[in-house]
Amino acid sequence: MTKSEIVAAVYERVGGFSKKEAADIVELVFETVKETLGRGEKIKISGFGNFVLRDKRQRRGRNPQTGEPLTITERRVLTFKPSQILKSELNPHEDGAEGMDGHADRDSGVDLAAAAPSSHSSPAVVPARSGRNDASHARR
Amino acid sequence: MTKSELIDAVAARGELTKARAELVVSCVFDSMIEAMKAGEGIEIRGFGSISVRPYRPYAGRNPRTGQPVDVPAKRLPFFKVGKELRELVNSSRHLAITGDDDDTPRSSKRNGDKR
Repeated sequence: MTKSEIVAAVYERVGGFSKKEAADIVELVFETVKETLGRGEKIKISGFGNFVLRDKRQRRGRNPQTGEPLTITERRVLTFKPSQILKSELNPHEDGAEGMDGHADRDSGVDLAAAAPSSHSSPAVVPARSGRNDASHARR
Repeated sequence: MTKSELIDAVAARGELTKARAELVVSCVFDSMIEAMKAGEGIEIRGFGSISVRPYRPYAGRNPRTGQPVDVPAKRLPFFKVGKELRELVNSSRHLAITGDDDDTPRSSKRNGDKR
């Protein structure tokens, strides 16, 4: 998917924009996200994920091609942490427990074990994005 | 910056109502989610790309209890930052990192997810 396909989606689904206006407004969305990250501020999109900035210290590394040792300078990097909702949407046959738990990485063992016998994952997971709270309440 | 703050910023800068800006911002992220669900990658020039990577199942452990756990095969989105944004972010190094921390109880939506 490219930006032009996102523009087409906005043009068709939101309506009321010319194609040029749809292109401009999509550009503005990405531009705003970029500028915010460029100011050192992270971006949190619920149901999608977080774009997080991390400061890395200088460290010793190697050129993977030649094996030569080199110094990697300190730098600020951008990482994307997908939301639990997005993760479970990409894995519709999995147990729903992961998608409902904000700390699945740490807790999944307990929750998967506890939830596995009772849960019928897909129906609870699939509508999670639109009616998130309802879906999670229904599960408990 | 949260999604609703992004909506406010887009509304102000694009001279749209907040309701329209919300439709646009939601449509942008929803269409990306749909692409990922279809296993399709996303490429935004100057920003970065997101690919959907398959992971094999593995035997993990609950770090708290040490109990073995079967981690099933899964697909996860992988974001690769674009050159322009990578350089922009790195050049902000003299600025403090801001934005609420993941652990702050500010966002009630997130807490709602956990219950």
